[in-house]
Amino acid sequence: MDVSRLVELNAAYARAIDNEKYEEWPEFFLDPCLYKVTTAENVAQGLEAGVIYADSRGMLRDRISALRQANIYERQRYRHIVGLPVVLDEKDGTAETETPFLIVRIMRDGRMEVFATGCYRDKVRMDVANTPRFAERLVICDGARFDTLVAIPF
Amino acid sequence: MDTYVWPQESLARVPYWVYQDPQNYARELERLFGGDTWNFVCLEADIPNKGDYRTNVVGAMPVIVVRDADGSINCFENRCAHRGALIAFDDSGNVQNQFKCIYHAWSYDLKGNLRGIAFERGINGVGGMPQGFKRENFGPRKLRTTTLCGLVFVTLSDRTPPIEDFIGEEILGRIRRVLNRPIKVMGRFVQALPNNWKLYVENVKDTYHASLLHLFFGTFRITRLTQGGGVLVSPDGGHHASYTIDKSEDRQTTAYRDQGIRTEADYKLADPSLLDTVKEFGDDIQLQILSVFPGFILQQIHNCLAVRQVVPRGTGEMELRWTYFGFEDDTPEMTRRRLKQQNLVGPAGFVSMEDGCVGGFVQRGIAAAGDQVSVVEMGGDGAESQATRATEASVRGFWKAYRHHMGY
Repeated sequence: MDVSRLVELNAAYARAIDNEKYEEWPEFFLDPCLYKVTTAENVAQGLEAGVIYADSRGMLRDRISALRQANIYERQRYRHIVGLPVVLDEKDGTAETETPFLIVRIMRDGRMEVFATGCYRDKVRMDVANTPRFAERLVICDGARFDTLVAIPF
Repeated sequence: MDTYVWPQESLARVPYWVYQDPQNYARELERLFGGDTWNFVCLEADIPNKGDYRTNVVGAMPVIVVRDADGSINCFENRCAHRGALIAFDDSGNVQNQFKCIYHAWSYDLKGNLRGIAFERGINGVGGMPQGFKRENFGPRKLRTTTLCGLVFVTLSDRTPPIEDFIGEEILGRIRRVLNRPIKVMGRFVQALPNNWKLYVENVKDTYHASLLHLFFGTFRITRLTQGGGVLVSPDGGHHASYTIDKSEDRQTTAYRDQGIRTEADYKLADPSLLDTVKEFGDDIQLQILSVFPGFILQQIHNCLAVRQVVPRGTGEMELRWTYFGFEDDTPEMTRRRLKQQNLVGPAGFVSMEDGCVGGFVQRGIAAAGDQVSVVEMGGDGAESQATRATEASVRGFWKAYRHHMGY
C-alpha cells in the first residue's frame, strides 16, 4: 500500500477527533472491525482486555452517542501528533502498519498535558470505493496509567 | 487540626477535613492500612509458579508478594535491610530462589530472610561486616498473608482476625458466589484519580447514586433503584455487597420520570451485543458490587468481572488498580462477551467513567469547607443491611468502621 495513502488516512483520523467531529470517527473503520485501547504491558503479557473494545462500526457509533448523550465529564479535547507509518507486512490487500502517536489533552480550564503516547498497530484495507479503512486499530499505550477518565477515543 | 472530633455522634454526618488533613492521612496509613485490616495485594493467578512475584503497596509501604517453593505465598516489605533501597522494582517477574538488591547485592530468600551479604568477610581479610553482625536480626518487615477464593490479602498486624471472621459470613458468601472456580487474568489498568481515596470507596458503596449519575445503567436497565435488589452491610460496617436482581420490571414505572431525573432519556444502542449477558452464577443477580474494608472491591456487572484496589496517594490523589478477569474454563464466546462488556467499566467505562471524575468534583467543591459536614442520611442514620438501594447505609457502614479503626 502506498505510504502516502496511510499518512493521509492517519491525518484525517486525527483531524476528525481533534476537531471534535466524533461522528466521523466510526467511518474510518470497515464493518466488522476491531478497535481496542490497551497498554504495551498487557500486549506483552498476552492479555486481551481493553479499556475500549469494539468489533463493529455500531459499537464505535455507540461510543460516540454515549459521549454525546449519556456520559458526564468535564469538557476536554485532544491534539494528536501522529508520526509516520511503517508498513510491517502486506498480503491479500491488507497492510499491517505501525504508527506512533502522542495525545495532548486540553481541559476546559485551559490546562494542557501529555495524556497518552503509544503506537497504533493497524490492519488497513481498501473499501469498495478504494478508500483505505481500518480493519483493525489497536491503540497500544506506552504507560499503564490513565488520568481520571478516558472519554474521547484515541 | 489539633483534635479530631467528629462533629456529631451520628454516622449521617461526615466532616470534610477527613479528606484534606495531612495528619489525618498519616494516621490512616498507620491505623487503617497498617492496622488490624486485611489488604488486597494480588490474585493467586498473578503468581502461579515458584518464584513468581508481584510488587504492590499496603498504604504507603511497598511490598513484595511471592510464591514460595511449597506453594505458599509470602509477603514482605520491599526495602533492603542495608540502605533501604527497593529490593524489586518491576511490577512483576520471576526469581528462582532469591531476590537481590541491586544497590550492594544483599540477597533475600523467598520468605524475605536476609541470606547473603556481598563481601561479608571483606577482601583478603580486610573490611567486611563485623564478626558479631547477625543476619537474622536484619531484614524487611514480614506481613501475615492469607488467601481467599484466589485473592491474596496481607496484614501488618498480629491482631487482625482470620480473613473469614474479618469479612463475616454474609459478605463472604457473596465473594464465594463469584469466585467459585479458577480464574484467568484478562488485563490490568491503573486509573489515577484526583481525589482522596475515601471519596472513591464511598462512591463504590453508594447504591443511591448508581442509576442517577450513570445514564447508561438506567436506560438499559442494568440497574435502577426501582428494580429488585438491596445492600448487605457487615456487622462492623466495613464491608458491603450491593446487588440487583434481574426480574421482570414493571416497564410502565414512572418513578424516574416523576422525579424529573436525567436518566430517563430515550437512548438506544446501535450494537446491543454489548449487553448480551448469560447467567453464570446460578442465580438472578445481574450486578453485584462488593467491598472489603479498607480498599478492596470485587465487581460483577453482568459477565464483566474485575477486582479493584484502592491505593491512597496523599490527601488529594489516589490510584485505582483494575484487574479484569474471567475463568479458566471460559469458552471463546464467553471471552469475547467479557471483552465487550469490559466497555462498561474502567477509565473509559460507559457506566463507571463518571466515577472517575465525581470524586474530583467533591474534592474541589469542599476546598474551603474543612469545618463543614456532608449529609449521608438516605435511609436513616443506621448502617444495617437494607432491602433497597435508595439508601446510604453502606456508606455509613464505612464511617462506622473508619471511626472504630481511627479511634474517633
